[in-house]
This record gives sequence, C-alpha cells and structure tokens, in this order.
Amino acid sequence: MPRWLPILVFAVVMAALPLIPGMPPFWIVLLDNIGLAALVAMGLVLLTGVGGLTSFGQAAFCGFGAYTTAYITTVYGLSPWLTLPLSLLVAGGAAVLLGLMTVRLSGHYLPLGTIAWGISLYYLFSKLDFLGRNDGISRVPPLSIGSLEMWAPETIYFVIWGMVLISALLTMNLLDSRTGRAIRALRRGHIAAEAFGVQTARAKLLVFIYAAVLAGLSGWLYAHFQRNVNPTPFGPQAGIEYLFIAVVGGAGYVWGGVLGAAIVIILKEVLQSYLPLLFGGQGQLEIIVFGILLVILLQLAPGGVWPWLSSLIPIKIRRPRVDPGAALAPRPRTAAGKGPLLKVERARKQCGGVIAVHDVSFEVDAKEIVALIGPNGAGKSTTFNLITGILTTTGGRIELHGKPIDNAPPQDVVQLGIARTFQHVKLVPDMTVLENVAIGAHLRGHAGPLTSMLRLDRADEKKLLAEATRQIERVGLSGEIDQLAGSLSLGQQRIVEIARALCADPMLLLLDEPAAGLRHMEKQRLAALLRQLRDGGMSVLLVEHDMGFVMDLADRIVVLDFGTRIAEGTPDAIKTNPEVIKAYLGALA
Amino acid sequence: MREGGVRLNTTILLFLLQDGITNGAIYALLGLALVLVFAVTRVILIPQGEFITFGALTYATLSAGGVPGTASLAMVMGIVAFGFELFSTRKSLRAAKVLRAAAIYLVFPAVVLALATLLPATRPGVAVNIALSLAIVAAIGLFLYRIAFQPLAHTSVLVLLIASVGTHLALQGFGLVFFGAEGLRGPPLSDAAVTLGPLRFTGQSIAVYSITIVVMAGLWLFFGYTRMGKALRATAVNRLGARLVGIRTSLSGQLAFLLASVIGAISGILIVPITTLYYDTGFLIGLKGFVAAIIGGLVSYPLTAFAAIVVGVVEAFSSFYASNYKEVIVFTLILPVLVLRSLAAPAVEEEKD
Repeated sequence: MPRWLPILVFAVVMAALPLIPGMPPFWIVLLDNIGLAALVAMGLVLLTGVGGLTSFGQAAFCGFGAYTTAYITTVYGLSPWLTLPLSLLVAGGAAVLLGLMTVRLSGHYLPLGTIAWGISLYYLFSKLDFLGRNDGISRVPPLSIGSLEMWAPETIYFVIWGMVLISALLTMNLLDSRTGRAIRALRRGHIAAEAFGVQTARAKLLVFIYAAVLAGLSGWLYAHFQRNVNPTPFGPQAGIEYLFIAVVGGAGYVWGGVLGAAIVIILKEVLQSYLPLLFGGQGQLEIIVFGILLVILLQLAPGGVWPWLSSLIPIKIRRPRVDPGAALAPRPRTAAGKGPLLKVERARKQCGGVIAVHDVSFEVDAKEIVALIGPNGAGKSTTFNLITGILTTTGGRIELHGKPIDNAPPQDVVQLGIARTFQHVKLVPDMTVLENVAIGAHLRGHAGPLTSMLRLDRADEKKLLAEATRQIERVGLSGEIDQLAGSLSLGQQRIVEIARALCADPMLLLLDEPAAGLRHMEKQRLAALLRQLRDGGMSVLLVEHDMGFVMDLADRIVVLDFGTRIAEGTPDAIKTNPEVIKAYLGALA
Repeated sequence: MREGGVRLNTTILLFLLQDGITNGAIYALLGLALVLVFAVTRVILIPQGEFITFGALTYATLSAGGVPGTASLAMVMGIVAFGFELFSTRKSLRAAKVLRAAAIYLVFPAVVLALATLLPATRPGVAVNIALSLAIVAAIGLFLYRIAFQPLAHTSVLVLLIASVGTHLALQGFGLVFFGAEGLRGPPLSDAAVTLGPLRFTGQSIAVYSITIVVMAGLWLFFGYTRMGKALRATAVNRLGARLVGIRTSLSGQLAFLLASVIGAISGILIVPITTLYYDTGFLIGLKGFVAAIIGGLVSYPLTAFAAIVVGVVEAFSSFYASNYKEVIVFTLILPVLVLRSLAAPAVEEEKD
C-alpha cells in the first residue's frame, strides 16, 4: 500500500464527520479540542518519542502563540492571518532561547528544567499587566476568509484539522529524510551520530524549535477558537497533560500523538459527565479515575496505544524502490603524497593518574591494512577514540596527510575521510538496516529540514539510499536490508556498522573488533572484503582479538600493552617477538 | 517595586533571612527525599507534594478531633497492594511470605485505621497525632510504590515520570475529597518563643530547624553506616549490579518511597502551623524542593540542602521586593544553574532505554 493512501482515507473521514446530519455540535467542539491537542502532541512525539528530549513546558509555547495573536489582533486590529507568522515566530524564538539553555542537558535535567520554566512562564503570563493578568485578553476576533467569519466550532473545525493533517504530513516527511534519520539517531546517544558528521546539538535544537512552533500554531488556533486567552490553559498542569497525550498514544509515532489526544480528551469528557451520575457530585472524581486509568494503561502498554493498535491491523506500507542508477559523487580527497595517510606521533591520553595511551606512535600508509593488537585494557579503543576526535589527547600529534587532526571534533574527522565502527555496536535498533547505513552518508547529502518537510529532497534522498543499498550489497546483507537493526545477530550488526562506515566513502576505515561474534565463513568473507577495499585504494586500521584473522589479513601489526607500543612489524615478525609473547602469555611462558 | 514604600532595614533583613531559612530548611528536606527516590528508583517523584498535604491535613484533621479520610485510603491501597503482591508471587506462594505480606499490607493499615478512628475523640496530644499522621502517610507511600511503580520498575524514566504524574493527579483528587476545598491549619508543635536581640524565634521555627537537622543527620548515618542504607546506595549506582550481589531492588524502592513519604509528611506537619494549606498546595511546595534538587544535580545531598536554603532566601526577598513575581523569580533561578551545568557538561555517552 502506498504511504499516502491511509492518510487520504483519514482526511476524507475527518472532512465528512461534521457533515453527517444530526451530528451534535458538542462533538464537533470535542473534535476541535482534539485537533488542538494533537498539534502540540505531534511536536512532543518528535521531541520526546523520537528525539529523546522530554519537555513539560510545551503549554508555555502554546501560550506564546495564543498571547501574541490575541494581543496584536485586539490592540492593533491586525488580521489573524497576518499574526500567524508572528505567533509562530515568537514561539520559535522563545524555543531558541530556552533551547540553547536546555537541550545540551542530558537525561532528567531537561524534563525538570522544562517544568521550572513552564511554571515560571505561566506566572509571568498571569502577572503582566499588558497581557491582562489573570483575566487575560478577551474579545479576540475570529478567523475569517473573505466575508466568512468562523464563529462556529464547525467552521473552524476545517482550519484546525487541515492544520493537523498538514503538520502530520510535514512531520512524517521530515522523519523520512536525511535530517530525520539524524534526529532519530539522537535518542541512542550522540557518539555514533557525531562520528558520521551529525551536528547533534543543532539537531536537538531543531526538534525543540519544531515542537515549539507546532505548539505555537495550536495556541494561535486556540486564541481564535475560544476568542479569549487566559493563563490557565498554558500552565504546568496543561504541560503535563500534553506529555501524557503523547505517551498514551505512543510517543514514537506521529499518529500516536493524534490518537493520544483523542483518547485523553474523550476519556476526560466521559469521566466528567458520567462519574458524578454514578457517585454523586462530590470532589474531582474524574481526576482520580483519570490518574488511576493512566497508571493502569502504562502498566499494560508502556509503549502507548498506537503501536499496539497498528500491530493488530496488518497494513504494510510499501517502501519506494531504490533506484540503483542514482549515484553519489565520490568525496573530494585531500591530496595524497604529503607524508603518510595517518600519522600518530607520541599520542597520549591521561585521565587523572591513569595513562591510558602513553606516547604511542605509528603510521598507516595508503592501501595498507594495519592491525592494532594487545591484551584487554591496552588502550586500543582509546587510541581509536583519540583518532576520531571522540576523546581529546593530552599530548602528541595525530596527522592526516600532514594535517593535524587531534582534538578536531568527530564531525570534522569524518569529513576528512576517516570512518569507523564501534566495539560496542551503536546502531539505532528501531530503524531498518537501510536507514542505519544511510546515516553513514549523512555528510554526502545536502537536503536540510525545510526541503525535507516539503519533500523537495527526493533527488538527494534517492542518491543516499542508492549508496546505502550498494554498501549493504557489498557487505552481503541484502537479505536483511528492511529488517530492524535491533533484530539482527550481533555479528550481523557489526557488519551493518561496516556498511555504514563505507557509506561515508572514507580513505581510512577504522574497525573496532569487526570479527567478534562472526562465524568462520563470515570471517573469511569479511577478510576478503577488506582485502578488496584495500586493493581499491582504501586503508584499514583494525583492532581485533582473533589472531588467526589478524595474522592472515594485516600488512603490518602494532602491539600495545598498558598504553605503550611494545612492538611493530609484519605478522611473521610479531609472532616471534619475545616482548609480544611476554605480554600475551606472561613472563614465564 | 518595593511594597508600600517600606525600606529595607536590619530588622526586616533579619526577618526575611529567618523566614527564608525556615522555608529553605523544609525545601531541603523535600529536595533530599526527591534525590533519594530518583537515585534509587529513577522516579521523579511528583506526588511528593501530596505526601506534604496529606501529612499536614491529616495532622490538622486529627488535631481538630476528626477522622482523616487518608486512613481509609491507606487501608484500601493496602488491600490492592496485597492483591498485587499475591499475584506477582503466585508461582511461589509460601505461608511465611503470605503472612509477611499480610502483616505489611493488611494488618499495619488496619491497625492505623482503627487508631485513627478511635483516638481523635479522646483528644490525644500533639505527639500522638504526629505519629499517627506519619504512619498513615508512610503506609500510603509504601503502597503507592508497590501498586504503581514496582510493576513499571524496568521501564524508561519517561514512563515512570508519566506514572508519577498520574499518581499525583489521583492523590490530589483524593485530597480534595478528604479535606475539601477550604484550607486547614494545624496547632503549632510548641507555643514557646525566644527573643534574641531584634529576632524572635518561635517554637515552631526552632522545631523546623532542629527536625531538619535531625532528619539530615539521620539520613547521613543511615546511608553511611547501615547495611540497608548501603544497599540503597548500591541500587542507586547500579540496579543490575545490586541485584547480582543479592540486594532486592524492589525492597530498595519500597524503602525509598517509605522514607520520602515520611519526609514529605514531616515537612507538611512543620508547615501547617505556619500557613494554611489547601489540598493542592503541596504541588508547588514540592516543586520548590525540585528546584533545590536540580541545583544539587539530583545526586549531591549537601549541595541540595545548601541550594534549598538559597531558594528559601531568594523567595523571602522576592516576596518583599516583587511579591507579584515571586514564583517567576524562584523558578527562573533554575535557568542560570542549568546553563552553567550545560556548559560544564562533559561529552559523555548515555545509553538510554
């Protein structure tokens, strides 16, 4: 089934709903409210479910949108359509300020920080004179097109749900793109994404602004729907409720936001109107039942309702075929000849009293496979991290073709032509193999978030996916291309990492224990692939514990022990080197 | 923005400082409880505010000779928790286990409920009312963990957070049912007062200081010198590791919630003679404890305590200079701290989910 078909069906159904004869007007109001909440929740899906940034403060961004338009339309008499961009701009601008302060924070600081500024802004709205303090701003004009003034809930309904559909489309387009893959990689930590050139801080700020703009849009609509604005709907309780909606619906899914809004708002309405009938009218029983139902729901379906529901309906969205003809231009190479490809000179990493890498020197030439071996804890992976900019050196130099690259950020290192795999696999488990591998080509694409949202990135995207497909074929995983990366065996995941690194079109490939977890035949295939890459002009530096594999494959071997280089030479020389034997087998052997 | 044109003089300065430190001491207690619960269970304890109001209003109701609804709530939650416990251990039901669970989940709240029903008519002293209030809230805290959070212990921080919000809403709703929309005030712990130069220390504020110090010292001793305390710390650092060496992490979670609810109730009982508390006041007070806990980085107890005092003092001074913007200022206090933290944040990899 093509991906637009379910959306079209949904749009038709939504458009037909208010036209059903005898539809109670109250239901339309309810649907309007669902649409308004769905917009905010959709932003939260991107921010929280996909990007891993939890925000309790989205209601405040609604407030920015609503107050901006309410103030300008009532005081200056401007048309609401003219204030729409202003509302979005104010919400987005606030997000830039707050985002710069908060998105770099990890884990639990962000949710708590957002609670804090959510409350702070709520009190600010209710104390500022020009915003009418607790009374707010009333007599906000309705939306109008020509002579049609949208006073009634069933006319603004079309504007609200039109906006919901457009936003959903834009959001889905964004997620299914180069930028979207970068955003989806955020939740699993930033090291792997940065190693392929993703500017993670910028990507986080982007989703933060995107979510705020959607909230601002909802606020703008709210102001002209209710036609008065006061601080209560933008307070901390509302902020908490939006997060609820996203989590109940399924925080990882665009339509989960819409579904969550429907569930929560209808549930609250039902509880409010029927509970007093059952228990008499005392207290806020609906809040109690609502809270308890929420906890029960989380215990039954911690992932939300949408994934559970969509697993019941066996609809497969067809992935567009990859055009094998589309090709990415090879990346420009720095001129060879100026010294060796990679030169590590007295590199040192000291952490407090521990010297993890102690003045290690070695070189990798063009078209060469060099193995870095040594007992556990010898400093091999740390050396990799120094080369790729994940760790900073505390001494020495690392050069690529004579150009210093030590302490360059990881994004620059991959740009210069060094790509790597990780000892502990760092793939995004809920993305397909194809999507994971395509992250490797991040720097070779150009489409930005706006072009992606508007689907103008298809030419660029086609090339990226074609390249990813080619590299997956090259490493022999064509059969698994549409599987989720998390469902593969560990050995296969390592191979996916190699394909991802190859997508960056590197001059130097750094492999951290690529053969671990592979079966004998797979190891032979991997060795053959690496030889083929070398013969094609690439250099490989690998860390590996399988000595048979290393001795067969490597042109040269560097041996580390306790952070120090103890030997270097051809495999045959290393096999008989007394220092190496001592390091591996102990002094008495 | 100075209110009524009152100029700041030494007396007012000292008064504001004293006021700030009194409030700050209470925020410190709450901040410590929040840090404790987060570290052990990864739950960001939004219902901490309800522990405060339940403690305070239960105490006020008992003092007024009434029977608090919280005692019945504890009983009902105990029955539900007992059901959960039986269900989760249905594969290995043994008499000793069932009896132990029945003692905790049924007998304990039943005794408390009986006492709470019979005692108020006899007008027992302040001490009995406090003990009874603490027992009721402790039971609620313990059962809350068993019912709402223990089944979710393996899920992400986000899911726990939402569950936390859910329990906050439910408990706040119960608060309205039990205590009504009008606020309550409780009798002070002591009517004594000491005058020292321009400062007058009421018995209540002295009680706040001393109880805060006693609770902090108690926590310090507990975590530093007891097996149980060390087990809690181990759970906080590494759940899996703690389980591998035989620490029952569910027990650690229950203990953390028990401590947090008792601390919350103590804070409530300390506040309720000073200001009138409503069924929903606890949320905001609890959030100020959060501000302190965040400044303390959710890990450091001394830093949290210090930050709480700062929050209290800033609040006191902003209510003097710009009372309208008091909350804005207190909650904005967090932003510069977050900025500093983010600038100093090392580029560490976090493996989530």
